[in-house]
Amino acid sequence: MAVAEARHGGDGGSLLPATGSGVPRQSAVRAALAAYEHMWLLYRRTWRGSIFGSFAQPVLFLVAMGIGLGGYVDASNNSAMGGVPYIVFLAPALLVSTVMQGAAFEGTFPVLGGFRWNRRYHAMYSTPLTPDAIAFGQIGWTATRSTMTGAIFCLVIVLFGAAGSPAIVWSVPIGTLTGLAFAAPIAAYMSTQRDTTAFNSIWRFGITPLFLFSGTFFPIEQLPDAIRWVAWLFPLWHGVDLARSLSLGTVWQDPIVQLAHLAILTAFAVVGVVAMFVMFRRQLAK
Amino acid sequence: MPSPTETPPLIHARGLTKRFGEFTAVDAIDFDVAPGESFGFLGPNGAGKTSTMRMVACVSPVTAGTLRILDLDPNADGPQIRGRLGVVPQQDTLDTELSVKDNLVIYGRYFGLSRAEAGRRGDELLDFAQLTERAKDKVEPLSGGMKRRLTIARALINEPSILLLDEPTTGLDPQARHLLWERLYRLKQRGVTLVLTTHYMDEAEQLCDRLVVMDKARIVAEGSPRELIEQHSSREVTELRFPVGVQETLDGQLDGLGERIEQLPDRVLVYSDDGEAVAAVAHQRGLQPETVLVRRSSLEDVFLRLTGRSLVD
Repeated sequence: MAVAEARHGGDGGSLLPATGSGVPRQSAVRAALAAYEHMWLLYRRTWRGSIFGSFAQPVLFLVAMGIGLGGYVDASNNSAMGGVPYIVFLAPALLVSTVMQGAAFEGTFPVLGGFRWNRRYHAMYSTPLTPDAIAFGQIGWTATRSTMTGAIFCLVIVLFGAAGSPAIVWSVPIGTLTGLAFAAPIAAYMSTQRDTTAFNSIWRFGITPLFLFSGTFFPIEQLPDAIRWVAWLFPLWHGVDLARSLSLGTVWQDPIVQLAHLAILTAFAVVGVVAMFVMFRRQLAK
Repeated sequence: MPSPTETPPLIHARGLTKRFGEFTAVDAIDFDVAPGESFGFLGPNGAGKTSTMRMVACVSPVTAGTLRILDLDPNADGPQIRGRLGVVPQQDTLDTELSVKDNLVIYGRYFGLSRAEAGRRGDELLDFAQLTERAKDKVEPLSGGMKRRLTIARALINEPSILLLDEPTTGLDPQARHLLWERLYRLKQRGVTLVLTTHYMDEAEQLCDRLVVMDKARIVAEGSPRELIEQHSSREVTELRFPVGVQETLDGQLDGLGERIEQLPDRVLVYSDDGEAVAAVAHQRGLQPETVLVRRSSLEDVFLRLTGRSLVD
Protein backbone atom coordinates (compact mmCIF):
# COMPACT_ATOMS: atom_id res chain seq x y z
CA MET A 1 0.00 0.00 0.00
CA ALA A 2 2.64 2.48 -1.08
CA VAL A 3 -0.21 4.63 -2.32
CA ALA A 4 -1.81 5.03 1.07
CA GLU A 5 1.52 5.72 2.73
CA ALA A 6 2.37 8.32 0.16
CA ARG A 7 -0.88 10.10 0.74
CA HIS A 8 -0.29 10.30 4.43
CA GLY A 9 2.94 12.13 3.82
CA GLY A 10 1.14 15.45 4.29
CA ASP A 11 2.01 18.03 1.68
CA GLY A 12 5.02 16.01 0.64
CA GLY A 13 5.91 15.49 -2.96
CA SER A 14 3.87 12.35 -3.49
CA LEU A 15 0.19 12.89 -2.96
CA LEU A 16 -0.44 10.84 -6.04
CA PRO A 17 1.18 7.84 -7.64
CA ALA A 18 2.40 7.98 -11.22
CA THR A 19 -0.09 5.36 -12.21
CA GLY A 20 -3.50 4.58 -10.80
CA SER A 21 -4.06 2.38 -7.81
CA GLY A 22 -6.31 0.16 -9.88
CA VAL A 23 -9.82 1.15 -8.95
CA PRO A 24 -11.80 -2.09 -9.15
CA ARG A 25 -14.64 -2.56 -11.60
CA GLN A 26 -17.85 -1.51 -9.89
CA SER A 27 -21.05 -3.47 -10.01
CA ALA A 28 -24.04 -1.89 -11.73
CA VAL A 29 -25.99 -1.98 -8.48
CA ARG A 30 -23.28 -0.19 -6.58
CA ALA A 31 -23.04 2.47 -9.28
CA ALA A 32 -26.81 2.98 -9.22
CA LEU A 33 -26.79 3.32 -5.43
CA ALA A 34 -23.99 5.88 -5.61
CA ALA A 35 -26.08 8.03 -7.97
CA TYR A 36 -29.05 7.65 -5.64
CA GLU A 37 -26.88 8.60 -2.68
CA HIS A 38 -26.12 11.93 -4.31
CA MET A 39 -29.82 12.83 -4.38
CA TRP A 40 -30.24 11.64 -0.83
CA LEU A 41 -27.28 13.79 0.27
CA LEU A 42 -28.80 16.82 -1.46
CA TYR A 43 -32.05 16.21 0.39
CA ARG A 44 -30.29 15.83 3.72
CA ARG A 45 -28.67 19.21 3.18
CA THR A 46 -31.90 20.97 2.22
CA TRP A 47 -34.77 19.09 3.89
CA ARG A 48 -35.51 21.85 6.38
CA GLY A 49 -36.66 24.06 3.53
CA SER A 50 -39.22 21.56 2.28
CA ILE A 51 -40.46 19.75 5.38
CA PHE A 52 -42.80 22.54 6.42
CA GLY A 53 -44.41 22.54 2.99
CA SER A 54 -44.83 18.79 3.11
CA PHE A 55 -47.10 19.17 6.15
CA ALA A 56 -48.60 22.54 5.32
CA GLN A 57 -49.92 21.64 1.90
CA PRO A 58 -52.13 18.73 3.01
CA VAL A 59 -53.33 20.74 6.00
CA LEU A 60 -54.26 23.74 3.86
CA PHE A 61 -56.02 21.65 1.23
CA LEU A 62 -57.90 19.54 3.76
CA VAL A 63 -59.04 22.63 5.63
CA ALA A 64 -60.06 24.61 2.55
CA MET A 65 -61.50 21.84 0.40
CA GLY A 66 -62.34 19.14 2.90
CA ILE A 67 -63.82 21.22 5.70
CA GLY A 68 -64.68 24.51 3.99
CA LEU A 69 -66.05 23.28 0.69
CA GLY A 70 -66.97 19.91 2.17
CA GLY A 71 -69.37 21.58 4.62
CA TYR A 72 -71.47 22.81 1.69
CA VAL A 73 -71.23 19.55 -0.22
CA ASP A 74 -72.27 17.47 2.77
CA ALA A 75 -75.18 19.84 3.52
CA SER A 76 -76.57 19.20 0.05
CA ASN A 77 -76.96 15.49 0.77
CA ASN A 78 -75.50 14.64 -2.61
CA SER A 79 -75.14 10.90 -3.21
CA ALA A 80 -72.39 11.28 -5.79
CA MET A 81 -69.73 10.91 -3.06
CA GLY A 82 -70.91 7.42 -2.21
CA GLY A 83 -72.54 8.44 1.04
CA VAL A 84 -69.36 9.42 2.88
CA PRO A 85 -68.37 12.89 4.10
CA TYR A 86 -66.73 14.96 1.35
CA ILE A 87 -63.40 15.12 3.22
CA VAL A 88 -63.27 11.32 3.34
CA PHE A 89 -64.09 11.18 -0.37
CA LEU A 90 -61.44 13.80 -1.09
CA ALA A 91 -58.54 12.73 1.14
CA PRO A 92 -57.06 9.67 -0.67
CA ALA A 93 -57.51 11.33 -4.06
CA LEU A 94 -55.88 14.54 -2.90
CA LEU A 95 -52.95 12.52 -1.57
CA VAL A 96 -52.41 10.87 -4.96
CA SER A 97 -52.82 14.15 -6.85
CA THR A 98 -50.39 15.98 -4.59
CA VAL A 99 -47.79 13.23 -4.84
CA MET A 100 -48.25 13.28 -8.62
CA GLN A 101 -47.50 17.00 -8.77
CA GLY A 102 -44.38 16.68 -6.66
CA ALA A 103 -43.13 13.75 -8.73
CA ALA A 104 -43.87 15.51 -12.02
CA PHE A 105 -41.82 18.44 -10.78
CA GLU A 106 -38.90 16.11 -9.94
CA GLY A 107 -38.99 15.09 -13.61
CA THR A 108 -38.59 18.66 -14.84
CA PHE A 109 -36.12 21.08 -13.24
CA PRO A 110 -33.81 18.57 -11.57
CA VAL A 111 -33.45 16.70 -14.88
CA LEU A 112 -32.99 19.84 -16.96
CA GLY A 113 -30.44 21.04 -14.38
CA GLY A 114 -28.61 17.72 -14.41
CA PHE A 115 -28.09 17.98 -18.15
CA ARG A 116 -27.87 21.72 -18.74
CA TRP A 117 -27.39 23.89 -15.67
CA ASN A 118 -25.35 22.42 -12.86
CA ARG A 119 -24.59 19.51 -15.24
CA ARG A 120 -24.65 17.07 -12.36
CA TYR A 121 -25.25 14.13 -14.70
CA HIS A 122 -22.18 14.99 -16.75
CA ALA A 123 -20.08 15.04 -13.61
CA MET A 124 -21.45 11.62 -12.69
CA TYR A 125 -20.83 10.28 -16.17
CA SER A 126 -17.14 11.18 -16.04
CA THR A 127 -16.80 8.53 -13.31
CA PRO A 128 -17.56 4.78 -13.46
CA LEU A 129 -21.27 5.61 -13.27
CA THR A 130 -23.23 4.65 -16.39
CA PRO A 131 -26.22 6.53 -17.87
CA ASP A 132 -28.42 3.73 -16.50
CA ALA A 133 -27.06 4.28 -13.00
CA ILE A 134 -27.62 8.03 -13.31
CA ALA A 135 -31.21 7.56 -14.54
CA PHE A 136 -31.82 5.11 -11.71
CA GLY A 137 -30.51 7.60 -9.16
CA GLN A 138 -32.93 10.24 -10.41
CA ILE A 139 -36.06 8.09 -10.70
CA GLY A 140 -35.26 6.04 -7.58
CA TRP A 141 -34.98 9.26 -5.64
CA THR A 142 -38.25 10.52 -7.14
CA ALA A 143 -39.95 7.34 -5.90
CA THR A 144 -38.49 7.85 -2.43
CA ARG A 145 -39.52 11.48 -2.32
CA SER A 146 -43.03 10.57 -3.53
CA THR A 147 -43.36 7.97 -0.82
CA MET A 148 -42.25 10.46 1.82
CA THR A 149 -44.73 13.07 0.61
CA GLY A 150 -47.50 10.46 0.52
CA ALA A 151 -46.67 9.16 3.99
CA ILE A 152 -46.74 12.65 5.50
CA PHE A 153 -50.02 13.37 3.72
CA CYS A 154 -51.45 10.09 5.02
CA LEU A 155 -50.45 11.03 8.55
CA VAL A 156 -52.19 14.38 8.22
CA ILE A 157 -55.33 12.68 6.89
CA VAL A 158 -55.41 10.37 9.89
CA LEU A 159 -54.88 13.30 12.29
CA PHE A 160 -57.80 15.11 10.62
CA GLY A 161 -59.98 12.05 11.15
CA ALA A 162 -60.50 12.05 7.39
CA ALA A 163 -59.49 8.43 6.79
CA GLY A 164 -62.33 6.26 5.48
CA SER A 165 -60.63 3.12 6.78
CA PRO A 166 -57.15 1.85 7.66
CA ALA A 167 -56.87 1.02 3.96
CA ILE A 168 -56.05 4.72 3.46
CA VAL A 169 -52.41 3.63 3.73
CA TRP A 170 -52.74 2.01 0.29
CA SER A 171 -52.95 5.53 -1.08
CA VAL A 172 -49.24 5.92 -0.35
CA PRO A 173 -47.90 3.22 -2.74
CA ILE A 174 -50.62 4.08 -5.28
CA GLY A 175 -49.46 7.68 -5.05
CA THR A 176 -45.85 6.65 -5.63
CA LEU A 177 -46.81 4.53 -8.64
CA THR A 178 -48.87 7.39 -10.05
CA GLY A 179 -45.94 9.72 -9.42
CA LEU A 180 -43.59 7.46 -11.39
CA ALA A 181 -46.14 7.19 -14.21
CA PHE A 182 -45.79 10.96 -14.60
CA ALA A 183 -42.20 11.64 -13.55
CA ALA A 184 -40.49 9.04 -15.74
CA PRO A 185 -41.95 10.04 -19.12
CA ILE A 186 -41.59 13.72 -18.22
CA ALA A 187 -37.93 13.14 -17.29
CA ALA A 188 -37.37 11.28 -20.57
CA TYR A 189 -38.81 14.24 -22.45
CA MET A 190 -37.04 16.93 -20.41
CA SER A 191 -33.67 15.27 -21.12
CA THR A 192 -34.02 16.54 -24.69
CA GLN A 193 -34.87 20.12 -23.73
CA ARG A 194 -32.54 23.09 -23.61
CA ASP A 195 -34.69 25.53 -21.63
CA THR A 196 -37.83 25.81 -19.51
CA THR A 197 -40.34 26.41 -22.32
CA ALA A 198 -41.55 22.82 -22.18
CA PHE A 199 -41.91 23.01 -18.42
CA ASN A 200 -44.44 25.82 -18.70
CA SER A 201 -46.45 23.92 -21.30
CA ILE A 202 -46.40 20.69 -19.31
CA TRP A 203 -47.74 22.51 -16.28
CA ARG A 204 -50.26 24.73 -18.01
CA PHE A 205 -51.74 22.18 -20.37
CA GLY A 206 -50.99 18.96 -18.51
CA ILE A 207 -50.48 18.88 -14.78
CA THR A 208 -52.87 21.66 -13.68
CA PRO A 209 -55.88 20.58 -15.83
CA LEU A 210 -55.34 16.95 -14.82
CA PHE A 211 -55.13 17.93 -11.16
CA LEU A 212 -58.50 19.68 -11.46
CA PHE A 213 -60.40 17.28 -13.72
CA SER A 214 -59.18 13.77 -12.85
CA GLY A 215 -61.82 12.98 -10.27
CA THR A 216 -59.95 14.36 -7.27
CA PHE A 217 -62.46 17.05 -6.30
CA PHE A 218 -65.57 15.62 -7.96
CA PRO A 219 -66.38 12.32 -9.71
CA ILE A 220 -65.53 12.34 -13.40
CA GLU A 221 -69.16 11.41 -14.06
CA GLN A 222 -69.80 15.13 -13.55
CA LEU A 223 -67.76 15.88 -16.67
CA PRO A 224 -69.55 16.15 -20.04
CA ASP A 225 -69.63 12.79 -21.80
CA ALA A 226 -67.60 14.22 -24.66
CA ILE A 227 -64.47 14.76 -22.56
CA ARG A 228 -64.84 12.12 -19.86
CA TRP A 229 -62.77 9.64 -21.87
CA VAL A 230 -59.78 12.00 -21.53
CA ALA A 231 -59.50 10.91 -17.89
CA TRP A 232 -58.84 7.36 -19.11
CA LEU A 233 -55.90 8.52 -21.25
CA PHE A 234 -53.78 9.90 -18.45
CA PRO A 235 -52.60 8.04 -15.37
CA LEU A 236 -53.89 10.41 -12.70
CA TRP A 237 -57.55 9.38 -12.67
CA HIS A 238 -56.52 5.72 -12.50
CA GLY A 239 -54.46 6.41 -9.40
CA VAL A 240 -57.15 8.62 -7.86
CA ASP A 241 -59.96 6.12 -8.39
CA LEU A 242 -57.89 3.15 -7.24
CA ALA A 243 -56.72 4.86 -4.05
CA ARG A 244 -60.24 6.05 -3.29
CA SER A 245 -61.81 2.64 -3.91
CA LEU A 246 -59.27 0.99 -1.64
CA SER A 247 -59.77 3.57 1.08
CA LEU A 248 -63.58 3.51 0.94
CA GLY A 249 -63.68 -0.28 0.63
CA THR A 250 -65.56 -0.14 -2.68
CA VAL A 251 -62.83 -1.89 -4.63
CA TRP A 252 -64.89 -5.08 -5.08
CA GLN A 253 -67.80 -3.26 -6.69
CA ASP A 254 -65.96 -3.21 -9.96
CA PRO A 255 -62.76 -5.25 -9.61
CA ILE A 256 -62.04 -5.35 -13.36
CA VAL A 257 -61.91 -1.56 -13.54
CA GLN A 258 -59.65 -1.42 -10.48
CA LEU A 259 -57.33 -4.02 -11.99
CA ALA A 260 -57.30 -2.00 -15.20
CA HIS A 261 -56.31 1.06 -13.15
CA LEU A 262 -53.36 -0.80 -11.69
CA ALA A 263 -52.32 -2.22 -15.05
CA ILE A 264 -52.48 1.16 -16.79
CA LEU A 265 -50.53 2.90 -14.00
CA THR A 266 -47.88 0.20 -14.07
CA ALA A 267 -47.66 0.36 -17.87
CA PHE A 268 -47.14 4.13 -17.79
CA ALA A 269 -44.48 3.82 -15.10
CA VAL A 270 -42.59 0.97 -16.80
CA VAL A 271 -42.68 2.45 -20.29
CA GLY A 272 -41.73 5.82 -18.83
CA VAL A 273 -38.75 4.43 -16.94
CA VAL A 274 -37.52 2.50 -19.99
CA ALA A 275 -37.86 5.64 -22.13
CA MET A 276 -35.97 7.58 -19.51
CA PHE A 277 -33.08 5.10 -19.49
CA VAL A 278 -32.90 5.17 -23.29
CA MET A 279 -32.93 8.96 -23.40
CA PHE A 280 -30.33 9.32 -20.66
CA ARG A 281 -28.01 7.00 -22.62
CA ARG A 282 -28.56 9.02 -25.79
CA GLN A 283 -28.12 12.40 -24.18
CA LEU A 284 -24.98 11.55 -22.22
CA ALA A 285 -23.02 9.39 -24.70
CA LYS A 286 -22.90 11.83 -27.61
CA MET B 1 11.46 7.23 -15.81
CA PRO B 2 10.59 4.52 -18.32
CA SER B 3 10.79 5.63 -21.92
CA PRO B 4 7.70 5.41 -24.13
CA THR B 5 9.19 2.49 -26.06
CA GLU B 6 9.42 0.30 -22.96
CA THR B 7 5.97 0.81 -21.49
CA PRO B 8 2.77 0.84 -23.51
CA PRO B 9 1.34 4.34 -23.95
CA LEU B 10 -1.46 5.34 -21.57
CA ILE B 11 -3.36 6.69 -24.54
CA HIS B 12 -2.97 5.34 -28.04
CA ALA B 13 -4.94 6.81 -30.94
CA ARG B 14 -4.72 5.95 -34.63
CA GLY B 15 -7.03 7.41 -37.24
CA LEU B 16 -9.25 8.62 -34.40
CA THR B 17 -12.36 10.18 -35.89
CA LYS B 18 -15.50 11.80 -34.50
CA ARG B 19 -18.42 12.78 -36.69
CA PHE B 20 -21.71 14.36 -35.69
CA GLY B 21 -23.95 13.65 -38.66
CA GLU B 22 -22.26 15.28 -41.65
CA PHE B 23 -19.92 17.35 -39.51
CA THR B 24 -16.45 15.93 -38.84
CA ALA B 25 -15.21 17.23 -35.49
CA VAL B 26 -12.06 15.08 -35.35
CA ASP B 27 -10.56 13.82 -38.60
CA ALA B 28 -8.34 10.74 -38.34
CA ILE B 29 -5.76 11.94 -35.82
CA ASP B 30 -2.86 9.90 -34.43
CA PHE B 31 -1.19 10.46 -31.07
CA ASP B 32 0.26 8.63 -28.07
CA VAL B 33 0.62 9.76 -24.50
CA ALA B 34 3.31 8.12 -22.36
CA PRO B 35 3.11 7.60 -18.58
CA GLY B 36 4.19 10.68 -16.63
CA GLU B 37 4.02 12.90 -19.66
CA SER B 38 2.28 16.28 -19.91
CA PHE B 39 0.56 16.32 -23.25
CA GLY B 40 -1.36 19.19 -24.78
CA PHE B 41 -3.79 19.88 -27.57
CA LEU B 42 -3.29 23.45 -28.75
CA GLY B 43 -5.72 25.04 -31.15
CA PRO B 44 -8.45 27.62 -31.60
CA ASN B 45 -12.05 27.10 -30.57
CA GLY B 46 -13.73 24.56 -32.82
CA ALA B 47 -10.50 22.77 -33.75
CA GLY B 48 -11.76 19.46 -32.33
CA LYS B 49 -9.90 19.51 -29.01
CA THR B 50 -12.92 19.03 -26.78
CA SER B 51 -14.36 16.28 -28.99
CA THR B 52 -11.03 14.47 -28.75
CA MET B 53 -10.97 14.89 -24.97
CA ARG B 54 -14.50 13.55 -24.65
CA MET B 55 -13.56 10.42 -26.57
CA VAL B 56 -10.50 9.95 -24.37
CA ALA B 57 -12.70 10.47 -21.30
CA CYS B 58 -14.89 7.59 -22.57
CA VAL B 59 -18.06 9.67 -22.59
CA SER B 60 -18.31 10.07 -26.36
CA PRO B 61 -18.32 7.03 -28.67
CA VAL B 62 -15.52 6.82 -31.25
CA THR B 63 -16.88 7.11 -34.80
CA ALA B 64 -13.89 5.46 -36.49
CA GLY B 65 -10.25 4.56 -35.86
CA THR B 66 -8.45 3.02 -32.90
CA LEU B 67 -8.43 4.33 -29.36
CA ARG B 68 -6.84 2.46 -26.47
CA ILE B 69 -6.67 3.95 -22.98
CA LEU B 70 -4.68 2.21 -20.25
CA ASP B 71 -4.55 -0.61 -22.80
CA LEU B 72 -8.35 -0.96 -22.60
CA ASP B 73 -11.08 -0.38 -25.16
CA PRO B 74 -13.38 2.60 -24.35
CA ASN B 75 -16.35 0.93 -26.05
CA ALA B 76 -16.11 -2.22 -23.97
CA ASP B 77 -14.55 -0.99 -20.73
CA GLY B 78 -15.76 2.61 -20.44
CA PRO B 79 -16.72 2.52 -16.75
CA GLN B 80 -13.49 0.75 -15.80
CA ILE B 81 -11.35 3.26 -17.69
CA ARG B 82 -13.32 6.19 -16.28
CA GLY B 83 -12.58 4.78 -12.85
CA ARG B 84 -8.92 5.57 -13.47
CA LEU B 85 -9.31 8.97 -15.06
CA GLY B 86 -9.64 12.38 -13.48
CA VAL B 87 -11.68 14.81 -15.56
CA VAL B 88 -11.67 18.59 -15.35
CA PRO B 89 -14.32 19.68 -17.83
CA GLN B 90 -14.35 23.00 -19.61
CA GLN B 91 -17.60 23.99 -17.91
CA ASP B 92 -17.78 23.51 -14.15
CA THR B 93 -20.02 20.63 -13.11
CA LEU B 94 -19.82 21.18 -9.37
CA ASP B 95 -22.95 20.67 -7.34
CA THR B 96 -23.62 24.23 -6.26
CA GLU B 97 -26.25 23.16 -3.72
CA LEU B 98 -23.72 21.09 -1.78
CA SER B 99 -20.77 22.20 0.33
CA VAL B 100 -17.20 22.17 -0.92
CA LYS B 101 -16.36 19.07 1.11
CA ASP B 102 -19.59 17.27 0.17
CA ASN B 103 -18.73 17.73 -3.48
CA LEU B 104 -15.50 15.81 -2.96
CA VAL B 105 -16.98 13.07 -0.80
CA ILE B 106 -19.95 12.27 -3.03
CA TYR B 107 -17.65 12.21 -6.04
CA GLY B 108 -15.41 9.75 -4.23
CA ARG B 109 -18.46 7.58 -3.63
CA TYR B 110 -18.94 7.31 -7.39
CA PHE B 111 -15.59 5.57 -7.51
CA GLY B 112 -16.66 3.10 -4.88
CA LEU B 113 -14.67 4.67 -2.03
CA SER B 114 -15.99 4.24 1.49
CA ARG B 115 -17.34 7.39 3.13
CA ALA B 116 -14.42 7.41 5.55
CA GLU B 117 -11.83 7.06 2.80
CA ALA B 118 -13.55 9.65 0.59
CA GLY B 119 -13.59 12.03 3.56
CA ARG B 120 -9.91 11.44 4.31
CA ARG B 121 -8.87 12.01 0.71
CA GLY B 122 -11.23 14.98 0.53
CA ASP B 123 -9.44 16.70 3.42
CA GLU B 124 -6.04 16.15 1.84
CA LEU B 125 -7.22 17.44 -1.50
CA LEU B 126 -8.82 20.51 0.06
CA ASP B 127 -5.41 21.22 1.52
CA PHE B 128 -3.81 20.73 -1.88
CA ALA B 129 -6.38 23.02 -3.51
CA GLN B 130 -5.95 25.60 -0.71
CA LEU B 131 -9.64 25.43 0.12
CA THR B 132 -9.53 23.96 3.63
CA GLU B 133 -11.08 27.08 5.17
CA ARG B 134 -13.98 26.86 2.72
CA ALA B 135 -14.72 23.15 3.34
CA LYS B 136 -18.14 23.76 4.86
CA ASP B 137 -19.17 26.62 2.58
CA LYS B 138 -21.56 26.21 -0.30
CA VAL B 139 -19.93 26.12 -3.73
CA GLU B 140 -22.06 28.87 -5.25
CA PRO B 141 -20.29 31.93 -3.78
CA LEU B 142 -16.75 30.69 -4.54
CA SER B 143 -14.68 32.65 -7.07
CA GLY B 144 -14.03 31.21 -10.52
CA GLY B 145 -10.48 30.28 -9.57
CA MET B 146 -11.60 28.50 -6.40
CA LYS B 147 -14.23 26.54 -8.31
CA ARG B 148 -11.60 25.44 -10.81
CA ARG B 149 -9.28 24.34 -8.00
CA LEU B 150 -12.14 22.44 -6.41
CA THR B 151 -12.90 20.78 -9.73
CA ILE B 152 -9.26 19.71 -10.00
CA ALA B 153 -9.28 18.44 -6.42
CA ARG B 154 -12.44 16.50 -7.20
CA ALA B 155 -10.83 14.97 -10.28
CA LEU B 156 -7.99 13.66 -8.07
CA ILE B 157 -10.18 11.87 -5.52
CA ASN B 158 -9.71 8.50 -7.23
CA GLU B 159 -5.94 8.97 -7.58
CA PRO B 160 -6.23 8.88 -11.35
CA SER B 161 -3.66 7.51 -13.79
CA ILE B 162 -4.43 10.33 -16.20
CA LEU B 163 -5.75 13.80 -15.44
CA LEU B 164 -7.71 15.29 -18.35
CA LEU B 165 -8.06 19.08 -18.32
CA ASP B 166 -10.21 20.80 -20.93
CA GLU B 167 -9.33 24.50 -21.11
CA PRO B 168 -8.41 24.55 -17.42
CA THR B 169 -7.87 28.30 -17.05
CA THR B 170 -10.22 29.80 -19.62
CA GLY B 171 -12.13 32.68 -18.11
CA LEU B 172 -9.86 33.13 -15.08
CA ASP B 173 -8.00 36.29 -14.17
CA PRO B 174 -4.17 36.20 -14.46
CA GLN B 175 -3.56 35.71 -10.75
CA ALA B 176 -5.97 32.77 -10.53
CA ARG B 177 -4.40 31.26 -13.64
CA HIS B 178 -0.90 31.42 -12.20
CA LEU B 179 -2.04 29.81 -8.96
CA LEU B 180 -3.70 27.04 -10.94
CA TRP B 181 -0.64 26.50 -13.10
CA GLU B 182 1.49 26.23 -9.98
CA ARG B 183 -0.82 23.51 -8.60
CA LEU B 184 -0.82 21.64 -11.90
CA TYR B 185 2.94 21.90 -12.10
CA ARG B 186 3.14 20.26 -8.68
CA LEU B 187 1.03 17.37 -9.92
CA LYS B 188 3.29 17.05 -12.93
CA GLN B 189 6.30 16.94 -10.62
CA ARG B 190 4.66 14.10 -8.73
CA GLY B 191 4.43 12.11 -11.93
CA VAL B 192 0.75 12.54 -12.71
CA THR B 193 0.09 12.25 -16.43
CA LEU B 194 -1.60 15.42 -17.61
CA VAL B 195 -3.52 15.76 -20.84
CA LEU B 196 -4.86 19.21 -21.50
CA THR B 197 -6.41 21.33 -24.18
CA THR B 198 -5.81 25.01 -24.40
CA HIS B 199 -5.94 27.91 -26.78
CA TYR B 200 -3.45 29.83 -24.67
CA MET B 201 0.09 29.47 -25.93
CA ASP B 202 1.57 30.51 -22.60
CA GLU B 203 -0.37 27.74 -20.86
CA ALA B 204 0.89 25.19 -23.37
CA GLU B 205 4.47 26.44 -22.94
CA GLN B 206 4.23 26.32 -19.15
CA LEU B 207 2.64 22.92 -18.74
CA CYS B 208 3.25 20.73 -21.78
CA ASP B 209 6.25 18.48 -22.36
CA ARG B 210 4.84 17.73 -25.76
CA LEU B 211 1.89 18.98 -27.70
CA VAL B 212 0.01 18.71 -30.93
CA VAL B 213 -1.36 21.69 -32.78
CA MET B 214 -4.90 21.10 -33.97
CA ASP B 215 -6.71 23.03 -36.65
CA LYS B 216 -9.94 22.15 -38.44
CA ALA B 217 -10.24 18.68 -36.90
CA ARG B 218 -6.69 17.64 -37.82
CA ILE B 219 -3.27 17.60 -36.18
CA VAL B 220 -1.02 19.95 -38.11
CA ALA B 221 2.18 19.68 -36.03
CA GLU B 222 3.61 17.81 -33.09
CA GLY B 223 6.57 18.27 -30.76
CA SER B 224 7.78 19.98 -27.59
CA PRO B 225 7.06 23.71 -27.42
CA ARG B 226 10.73 24.40 -28.14
CA GLU B 227 10.87 21.98 -31.07
CA LEU B 228 7.75 23.43 -32.60
CA ILE B 229 9.12 26.95 -32.37
CA GLU B 230 12.46 25.87 -33.84
CA GLN B 231 10.84 23.99 -36.68
CA HIS B 232 8.11 26.41 -37.62
CA SER B 233 9.33 29.84 -36.61
CA SER B 234 12.47 31.94 -36.30
CA ARG B 235 14.24 32.79 -33.07
CA GLU B 236 12.90 36.32 -32.79
CA VAL B 237 10.01 38.40 -33.99
CA THR B 238 9.95 42.12 -34.67
CA GLU B 239 6.47 43.60 -34.38
CA LEU B 240 6.02 46.84 -36.30
CA ARG B 241 2.87 48.84 -35.65
CA PHE B 242 2.15 51.66 -38.09
CA PRO B 243 -0.26 54.59 -37.84
CA VAL B 244 -3.75 53.78 -39.10
CA GLY B 245 -3.84 53.53 -42.88
CA VAL B 246 -0.06 53.47 -43.38
CA GLN B 247 0.42 49.69 -43.35
CA GLU B 248 -1.62 49.31 -46.56
CA THR B 249 0.68 51.69 -48.45
CA LEU B 250 3.93 49.88 -47.65
CA ASP B 251 3.88 47.53 -50.66
CA GLY B 252 7.40 46.44 -51.47
CA GLN B 253 9.08 48.49 -48.78
CA LEU B 254 9.11 45.49 -46.43
CA ASP B 255 10.57 43.04 -48.95
CA GLY B 256 13.69 41.26 -47.80
CA LEU B 257 13.21 42.34 -44.22
CA GLY B 258 13.97 39.26 -42.08
CA GLU B 259 13.26 35.68 -43.16
CA ARG B 260 9.52 35.98 -43.45
CA ILE B 261 6.79 38.56 -43.00
CA GLU B 262 3.24 38.19 -41.69
CA GLN B 263 0.82 41.06 -42.20
CA LEU B 264 -1.82 41.15 -39.49
CA PRO B 265 -4.67 43.69 -39.64
CA ASP B 266 -3.06 45.87 -36.97
CA ARG B 267 0.67 45.17 -37.30
CA VAL B 268 3.46 43.57 -39.29
CA LEU B 269 5.44 40.63 -37.88
CA VAL B 270 8.96 40.16 -39.18
CA TYR B 271 10.61 36.80 -38.40
CA SER B 272 14.41 36.65 -38.08
CA ASP B 273 17.21 35.47 -35.82
CA ASP B 274 18.05 39.00 -34.80
CA GLY B 275 15.04 41.20 -34.16
CA GLU B 276 17.01 44.32 -33.25
CA ALA B 277 18.88 44.18 -36.56
CA VAL B 278 15.56 44.03 -38.40
CA ALA B 279 14.33 47.07 -36.49
CA ALA B 280 17.50 48.94 -37.41
CA VAL B 281 17.16 48.06 -41.11
CA ALA B 282 13.53 49.16 -41.06
CA HIS B 283 14.60 52.58 -39.76
CA GLN B 284 17.37 52.83 -42.36
CA ARG B 285 14.74 52.26 -45.06
CA GLY B 286 12.88 55.25 -43.74
CA LEU B 287 9.96 53.26 -42.32
CA GLN B 288 8.34 55.06 -39.41
CA PRO B 289 6.39 52.59 -37.30
CA GLU B 290 4.61 54.00 -34.25
CA THR B 291 5.92 51.21 -32.05
CA VAL B 292 8.54 48.52 -32.46
CA LEU B 293 8.57 45.41 -30.27
CA VAL B 294 11.25 42.73 -30.43
CA ARG B 295 10.35 39.43 -28.76
CA ARG B 296 11.11 35.72 -28.86
CA SER B 297 9.03 33.48 -31.08
CA SER B 298 6.12 31.76 -29.35
CA LEU B 299 3.63 29.02 -30.11
CA GLU B 300 1.31 31.77 -31.31
CA ASP B 301 3.76 32.34 -34.18
CA VAL B 302 3.92 28.62 -34.87
CA PHE B 303 0.17 28.54 -35.10
CA LEU B 304 0.06 31.58 -37.35
CA ARG B 305 2.62 29.97 -39.64
CA LEU B 306 0.84 26.64 -39.80
CA THR B 307 -2.70 27.88 -40.23
CA GLY B 308 -2.47 31.50 -41.33
CA ARG B 309 -4.68 32.46 -38.41
CA SER B 310 -4.35 33.60 -34.80
CA LEU B 311 -5.17 31.33 -31.88
CA VAL B 312 -7.39 33.78 -30.06
CA ASP B 313 -9.59 35.96 -32.24
